[in-house]
Amino acid sequence: MNAITTEPNTATLPSQGVSACAVPAAGQTTAAPTFDVERIRGDFPILKLLVDSKPLVYLDNAASSQMPQQVIDRLAVYHSSEHANIHRGVHYLSETATATYEAARRKLQQFINAPEEREVIFTSGTTDAINLVMHGYGRKFIKSGDEIILTTLEHHSNIVPWQMLAEETGARIRVAPVNDAGELVIDAYQKLFNERTKLVGVTHISNALGSINPIKEMIAFAHSNGTPVLVDGAQATPHMQVDVQDLDCDFYTFSGHKLCGPTGIGILYGKASLLEKMQPFKGGGDMILSVTFEKTTYNTIPYKFEAGTPPIAAAVGLAAAVDYMSAIGMHNVAAHEAELLKYATSQMTNMPGVRIIGTAQNKAAVISFTVDGVHPHDVGTLLNQAGVAVRTGHHCAQPVMQRFNVPATSRASFAFYNTLDEVDVLIGGIRDVQQVFA
Amino acid sequence: MNTSTSLYQEVILDHNKKPRNFGPLVNASHHAVGHNPLCGDHISVSLSLDSECIDCIAFEGESCAICKASASMMTVAVKGQTREKAEILIQEFLAMSTGKLDLNSPNHIGRLAVFAGVSDLPTRVKCAILPWHTLHAAFNSQASASTETNADLRPAPNGVV
Repeated sequence: MNAITTEPNTATLPSQGVSACAVPAAGQTTAAPTFDVERIRGDFPILKLLVDSKPLVYLDNAASSQMPQQVIDRLAVYHSSEHANIHRGVHYLSETATATYEAARRKLQQFINAPEEREVIFTSGTTDAINLVMHGYGRKFIKSGDEIILTTLEHHSNIVPWQMLAEETGARIRVAPVNDAGELVIDAYQKLFNERTKLVGVTHISNALGSINPIKEMIAFAHSNGTPVLVDGAQATPHMQVDVQDLDCDFYTFSGHKLCGPTGIGILYGKASLLEKMQPFKGGGDMILSVTFEKTTYNTIPYKFEAGTPPIAAAVGLAAAVDYMSAIGMHNVAAHEAELLKYATSQMTNMPGVRIIGTAQNKAAVISFTVDGVHPHDVGTLLNQAGVAVRTGHHCAQPVMQRFNVPATSRASFAFYNTLDEVDVLIGGIRDVQQVFA
Repeated sequence: MNTSTSLYQEVILDHNKKPRNFGPLVNASHHAVGHNPLCGDHISVSLSLDSECIDCIAFEGESCAICKASASMMTVAVKGQTREKAEILIQEFLAMSTGKLDLNSPNHIGRLAVFAGVSDLPTRVKCAILPWHTLHAAFNSQASASTETNADLRPAPNGVV
């Protein structure tokens, strides 16, 4: 009780304090926005870490990004003074937590420019969101002989659920190919459509290669065939402004932990007209209006899809992360990352024995590469010696690896807090790897 | 934290570059293929037993330097040994790789001690032990081995990105 009575402002108005300190850099109000990467880095305590006595160079952002102090603090405030279970509780804390949770939903709605709050569903992540659509939409509306179009670039999380559905229903998966640069072949994609095409699942940005798919064009074509489109936006939301109304996508999914937020939280955006006719994914508390042993009436959207106690703290943390990113400005994020990509690409293109996999014209700051004669796992272990964190392996995108005839790659994936100096450390580390294996 | 430096020692790099007993083995009496689902690496081990003694042994496959060097040094270590002694060495190598072997107590590890450092790199343990699992599977005429089947090993789940 003390916490409530002595610190009412902290308990009731958390977002003001957070948004005030969530403005990380100057430039929001000036005509020519400045982007101070060193100041931004100061917000991320983990970037001060030493690995093997070397400063951490964190280039595994496509797997998970780091959290700024503002998000860490917001979680601490929530846990210290705002937590209770949401909805239905009539006591002070429950009402506070409910208001905070629903405010987080509104924040996420604004972040992707969704028309309505109820179209934003909290999930545990992108994988959970895609599985929700598979169960809620796919199992209800996709039948034997129907077709689902995916692309070669999909992460396993946008392949396996649809394969499970296909196995269960007798539906068929069709795959839109990519060219040697890792760009979707739009003609081939369009030729896959017919009257049995019931859904398109496409990644906005390839996690393995960084290719940005022309999803607006793809969505428009699918709609001309009457086919809804699910977009895996896990790699896009951290790096560019996403506007679901402009894209006109039917479903858009993404994760909090790739967006400077906590793990265990993600978003499914869906058009209300589709969400309303879908069946629930998980059954339990909060997703019902009434329950008797004879019949259960389901709740309205979004609650129909949020069974059980949701990850309330993680939702609050994600809202703080979105505040933080928005304060920097997604256009600033995109511009800085484009500079990192350009520099790293030019450096690595000139390195003998290094091959970049994925050279799409329209590309996010991801560089998948191989080093001649050196297995990616050895590259990763030796780069770690230089303090450089990259990911090695198939990146949960084995069809991409098969397409480019490599068993695995090393992948450097950048965030807005990375620097050109860190690119140099990566390049030096790759040279050292080549030296060891010379 | 400087384990990765010590792991890539000259002897390991040498066996990676010039693997011993690398290639097919005709008339093998025992054979097994090992897979590491974490990275897709695979190696096969073939051997011929002559009255419980390993007369010939060879390996093939695609793998990282740690795995290839481990396989190469394994074939050198067990060639000419009895199956029983090889099985003891397999157990000691697995124990060393998972940090459960006291290298100061009597053992048969010898030059294989260069792999002791992998016990500090959980994601690389499987690279080092894959050949040894595969040899064990070959002795028992199992068609295939995997680094995922031994409950004693540290879990290192597949990447999620």
